[in-house]
Amino acid sequence: MFENLSEKLDKAFKVLKGQGSISEINVAQTMKQIRKALLAADVDFKTAKSFTSRVQEKAMGEKVLTAIDPGQLLTKIMKDELATLMGSEQSDISLDGSPTVILIAGLQGSGKTTFSGKLALLLKSKKNKRPLLVACDVYRPAAIDQIGVLAEQVGVDVYQDRKNKNPVEIAQAAIKHAKTNGHNVVIIDTAGRLAVDEQMMKEISAVKSAVNPNETLFVVDAMTGQDAVNTAKAFNEKLNFDGVVLTKLDGDTRGGAALTIRSVVDKPIKFIGTSEKMDGLDVFHPDRMASRILGMGDVISLVERAQQQFDEEEARRVQKKIAKNQFGFDDFLKQIQQVKKMGNMKDLVGMIPGMGKAMKGVDMDDDAFKGIEAIIHSMTKQERENPKLLNGSRKKRIASGSGTTVVEVNQLIKQFSQMGKMMKMMQGGGAKQMMQMMKGKGGIPGM
Amino acid sequence: MGIFNFFSKDKKEKLDKGLEKTKENVFGKISRAVAGKSTIDELALDDIEEALITSDIGVETTLKIIGKLEERVAKNKYINTAELNDFLKAEISLLMKEGYDEIPKVDGPYVIMVVGVNGVGKTTTIGKLAHQFKQQGKKVVLGAADTFRAAAVDQLLIWADRVGVEIVKQDMGSDPASVCFDTLQSAKASGADVVIIDTAGRLHNKINLMNELTKIKNVMAKVILEAPHDVMLVLDASTGQNAIEQATQFTKATEVNSLALTKLDGTAKGGVVIGISDQFQIPVRYIGVGEGVEDLQVFNKNEFVDSLFN
Repeated sequence: MFENLSEKLDKAFKVLKGQGSISEINVAQTMKQIRKALLAADVDFKTAKSFTSRVQEKAMGEKVLTAIDPGQLLTKIMKDELATLMGSEQSDISLDGSPTVILIAGLQGSGKTTFSGKLALLLKSKKNKRPLLVACDVYRPAAIDQIGVLAEQVGVDVYQDRKNKNPVEIAQAAIKHAKTNGHNVVIIDTAGRLAVDEQMMKEISAVKSAVNPNETLFVVDAMTGQDAVNTAKAFNEKLNFDGVVLTKLDGDTRGGAALTIRSVVDKPIKFIGTSEKMDGLDVFHPDRMASRILGMGDVISLVERAQQQFDEEEARRVQKKIAKNQFGFDDFLKQIQQVKKMGNMKDLVGMIPGMGKAMKGVDMDDDAFKGIEAIIHSMTKQERENPKLLNGSRKKRIASGSGTTVVEVNQLIKQFSQMGKMMKMMQGGGAKQMMQMMKGKGGIPGM
Repeated sequence: MGIFNFFSKDKKEKLDKGLEKTKENVFGKISRAVAGKSTIDELALDDIEEALITSDIGVETTLKIIGKLEERVAKNKYINTAELNDFLKAEISLLMKEGYDEIPKVDGPYVIMVVGVNGVGKTTTIGKLAHQFKQQGKKVVLGAADTFRAAAVDQLLIWADRVGVEIVKQDMGSDPASVCFDTLQSAKASGADVVIIDTAGRLHNKINLMNELTKIKNVMAKVILEAPHDVMLVLDASTGQNAIEQATQFTKATEVNSLALTKLDGTAKGGVVIGISDQFQIPVRYIGVGEGVEDLQVFNKNEFVDSLFN
């Protein structure tokens, strides 16, 4: 995410970086370019303007002109400013109340229902809650079915009443239902609505005052343009929401809404949606995002995610095998599955400093491992345990079995043996090992 | 409420109402910018720039328009508000392609494949579109090739029932290319006039999903050689400059040849289509101006630009 903005800022900074000393005119020119980059990233016009003038002021105050490395100093100033703009602290959602009531609101197609499902999963798995999803979108065809399917996917209960077309009544009944059935969180998914649709805005206000939620979240598509400000303002006036959810951030380049909304409505961004999968929900870290925008990468997020997904026991088992030279294709397959669990590959690599730019346009989706998996699945048990068995005719059989070529099979075997050697060299802890694998680009075939 | 309000009366009224905000935003500001001045100065040009950018027209297209305006001002400093409006109108018109509503005569059914990122309104647009074709007396078949998103098939099924057209579907999670193959075969056999294929929303930077889309497209030619005759990219009017990247990537994967712009009844300005139309030379074919089944209009370039000014 944000690759384009970083790229453009890079370009803007190059003007500075190339020169030992710079003039006031130079700074002004760079600022103009930064402003253009921000606008192209859909940052609100006024926000972009005030942001650049603030940076320029600070830059002058901190004597960027006489600094040894003006580009670096300016980068630091910008990063700090960006973090401030997006809210300097990370903010959690309130889980008070029994049950906790969370109301979800937003425009059509912003991703409310998907987010509701993700939030239910997050609260269930990380906070040990028993959430109840409530289907209050009585308008869109099959909306009730959609939330029902998602509830089943994440393994939580759903409250729906297909006969009732009154969201206020449904929400109230759902809370009653939650109380009698031991649900400690109620997540109310509502219909998408335009801020200018008075009737619909009245409806959601009515739902809010009827259920008195502990947390009202405004869901907004990260790709939203200049209109983000208007919409956020309008929803805030009607609902006085507590936080913002930014969805579809696994798309590319833009994120102007992230930069703007907080400063315009003075409400924190609490979650970001980062994939279509139900675990694709992250807490928003303003400081990390600021680093990311400036192309500094997000190592902390990467390590955290690796730690979350890495099975310590499995790691020890694999390590023993490596030490004994018994690392086989089955173990390799398991490793791949571990990596896949961490999420979208491109997303992960994008978090490594400097890689975001390098990876732009490079084919690297979750399916990058598909061919490898097919080849390994076409091997016999003996072959997987003892790769040395693989001779010409076996390779031929595997190639036709997996729909690949002998060349591809050979390639995998070669990369596999290289990887085995590499892994033997590293005998660190679990997460560290994963990090090494991530960094050694050639380490994982297909990357 | 929106969806049940099947037959909304005045189409023009809807469009005007939807575009009102655009008008207020762009031209209200511009009028204010030049009010009380007999000439266009630097400051006024800056204000025009702001007005255009806040309408999502984009930096590049805005600079293009401003450049033309500067040329014009250099020639004649005494340009008034009315002349300015005419000038901008003409310039914006020049950047946009003319839309079309007629379906060309083809051998067998005319196949429209609908693509776009998540949540732009593909399925709703298809429902409305099916209704329009049905009204024209055409036999319509829908293909439910979004087998990924929860309840997407159900959603299309409800639309098919509502407007009274046929639908071909398989189970959730089945191969979308296979759904398309079935749909086209069934449509061909039953002598349908129009086939509309719904596809799963996908972010344009997910290469494998985009490859899948190419595969879906290619499979259709196995049944009907020229299919799909029309690949329609649906864009959300509230999307900012990312829409340009969407157009780029979807065009690369599927050779998009028409656009539909949805949710124009909100505060979104839809300015991004001007740039896209210009850059890709793809016409906007339809605009969505409400949730009612009739709230889909054939895009008319002159009407669109006129609505901005009048």
